[in-house]
Amino acid sequence: MLTSIQTARQRVVVLSGPRETLVGSETQGQKTKGKKMQKALVSIAIAASLGLGATAANAAILDDVKAKGYVQCGVTGGVPGFSAPDSNNVWTGIEVDYCRALAAAIFKDADAVRYTSLTSQERFTALSAGEIDVLSRTTTWTMSRDTQLGISFVGTMFYDGQGFMVRKEDGIESALDLSGAAICIESGTTTELNAADYFAANGMEFNTVVFVDQDEVVKAYEDGRCDVYTTDSSALAAERSKFANPDDHIILPEIISKEPLGPSVRAGDTAWFNIARWTYFALLEAEELGVSSANVDEMLGSDNPAIKRLLGVEGEFGAPLGLENDWAYQIVKLVGNYAESYEKNVGPATPIGLERGLNALWSDGGIQYAPPIR
Amino acid sequence: MTDIGYVRSDIVDARPAPNRTSGPVAWMRTNLFSTPFDTVLTVLGILFLLWVVPPLYGFFFGNAVGPNGTVEECRMINAGACWAYISSEMEFFIYGFYDIPEQWRPNIVFALGALLLTPLLIPRMPFKRTNIVLFLVIYPILSYFLLAGGVFGLKVIPTEKWGGLLVTLIISVIGITLSFPLGIILALGRQSQMPIIKTVCVGFIELIRAVPLITILFMASIMLPLFMPQGTTVDKFLRALVGVTLFTSAYMAEVVRGGLQAIPRGQYEAAESLGMGYWQRMWFIILPQALKHVIPGIVNSFIALFKDTSLVYIVGMKDLLEAVKTKNDSALEWQSANTATTGYLFAAMVFWVFCFGMSRYSIYMENRLNTGYKR
Repeated sequence: MLTSIQTARQRVVVLSGPRETLVGSETQGQKTKGKKMQKALVSIAIAASLGLGATAANAAILDDVKAKGYVQCGVTGGVPGFSAPDSNNVWTGIEVDYCRALAAAIFKDADAVRYTSLTSQERFTALSAGEIDVLSRTTTWTMSRDTQLGISFVGTMFYDGQGFMVRKEDGIESALDLSGAAICIESGTTTELNAADYFAANGMEFNTVVFVDQDEVVKAYEDGRCDVYTTDSSALAAERSKFANPDDHIILPEIISKEPLGPSVRAGDTAWFNIARWTYFALLEAEELGVSSANVDEMLGSDNPAIKRLLGVEGEFGAPLGLENDWAYQIVKLVGNYAESYEKNVGPATPIGLERGLNALWSDGGIQYAPPIR
Repeated sequence: MTDIGYVRSDIVDARPAPNRTSGPVAWMRTNLFSTPFDTVLTVLGILFLLWVVPPLYGFFFGNAVGPNGTVEECRMINAGACWAYISSEMEFFIYGFYDIPEQWRPNIVFALGALLLTPLLIPRMPFKRTNIVLFLVIYPILSYFLLAGGVFGLKVIPTEKWGGLLVTLIISVIGITLSFPLGIILALGRQSQMPIIKTVCVGFIELIRAVPLITILFMASIMLPLFMPQGTTVDKFLRALVGVTLFTSAYMAEVVRGGLQAIPRGQYEAAESLGMGYWQRMWFIILPQALKHVIPGIVNSFIALFKDTSLVYIVGMKDLLEAVKTKNDSALEWQSANTATTGYLFAAMVFWVFCFGMSRYSIYMENRLNTGYKR
């Protein structure tokens, strides 16, 4: 079954490329072929171009979204901290908060969101086919995805990367001390390749204990069959929270791969892309300016011009987006700023327990950075 | 005078059979230890049970954490199944994301379904015709509006929010009730003399049977959107429903065709000689006999459909199994060594109860309809 999904995924990746190419090649085909089959091809081409015509006609996603009254948001099947049902069976998570922020900016109602649970195979098709308006589903921003799938990444909600977990009693403080340590790893993954690269680059002895299944890897580490467990750091944290004594384990500071997770939208609609992108920036900007859901109403009276511009007290920054001037105010008021969302969903106080690290603002030593609103 | 004689006046009480031929010891001798080989098997069997049963009992009951337990108890070293997790997340397993204050609506649908289905399944109950109309026509319409909302001031609940057992049951009930007549029509079409109808039916059946259900659902979820103009979307729930129904109806058609072929040609001719038209012949003479033959096959298809509903996770629907899986992964507050196992056990038990129920009912029906010849 896995193999069939894998192949299908590759097929889908090819198919979800720009449709113009498909149609174009068929139109060229008409000149060379001249038999019965051609009629079928022509009709397919016509149907496809009608489909494209419709695309061009209702390209304004914002109008569609306003007309239907909610944002259709593609999320995971349930990754704790990012998008998962909480104990009241409501979607929560940092990526869900992004969708809520988008709805708040457009409708002044953070609950005007409908969630579509997507598998990793169908997520890009769902987005490019218009089934969802925004994809916010632990998706790593890569060049091929950004350039070949007909989608545009908005920004990085969460900088993830591969990390290492060890037992506290072993006294290891850096990944550079891991030479010769037994490493529990899932076979055939980029995780394995990344680790091999890292160990080779640093001239360390690479000693693995390989398993086929993620659960087996965790179990083996927990049972003490190896000293180190490695995977993406957010997953490390989530797995650690499931251990009997999470405090006996530490995640080492080194991150050895880049996994920027961010929302994406359909390519080609700049207006919608801008809304999606500035919703993300507004979350960051609010944190940087110290505006939170608790103090946003006081901040309306602030003298700081940057805050005035953010909250729409001064300047006209809503209209160019096609939104009301208080769009960012609504985001902060109804959802909160980036820090609030982070702390609530994945921060140190949650079972996931992730420090800000790279996800801290640039002013706090991280790399989350929003261009100024002016 | 003493009453001495050699003819007994009363009958001696029968003595109990010797221990060698009756009683538990004898039963064990004949059934468990009749040959050395049997003896070895018996001993091995007993050892196996001793090996398996106590830990299982401990896991399910002895060391298990009851429905009112806490996660701390579930995390203890020797804890067994964590039933507290099931009872705590039961709402998600049954309704998925369905809004909690609105859950009375699925409850009514469940209750109505049980209320209408039970008399339909009991042959003695009267008013079958009204019952069928209520169950097959009124009930689905009512259920749809009740679940989806948007009328009579009911809050709209989009199908993305439906989940858990609710989805499993809706898909299987609709799939079963639609695929059965569809299958019969396809089977009759395949035997038809009319070339177009025959070709269409054969083509459909062979096409669908040649592809796995997972592929059909995959097509529906990934390929279909690419073929349609942007913005037009077909509800994912509907896609899954159509996929499952078409798939089962193709199999059903072949099962029914098996039954049709078992009917001797004389029956067709006899019906014709009575002056019956095609539909009359089928309805009154052929199908009642044919379907009776293939009840096990039909129920087989139904059970397969019920279990196949768990494949709708491919289109992102959260059926019972997927709901359990989601909570296993995401309910961090309930994480313990046995949480996931308990969740899957729960799902397995629910599936088993429904499938076993269907299987028992089919046996009952077979016996009831087995009027012609017993085998």
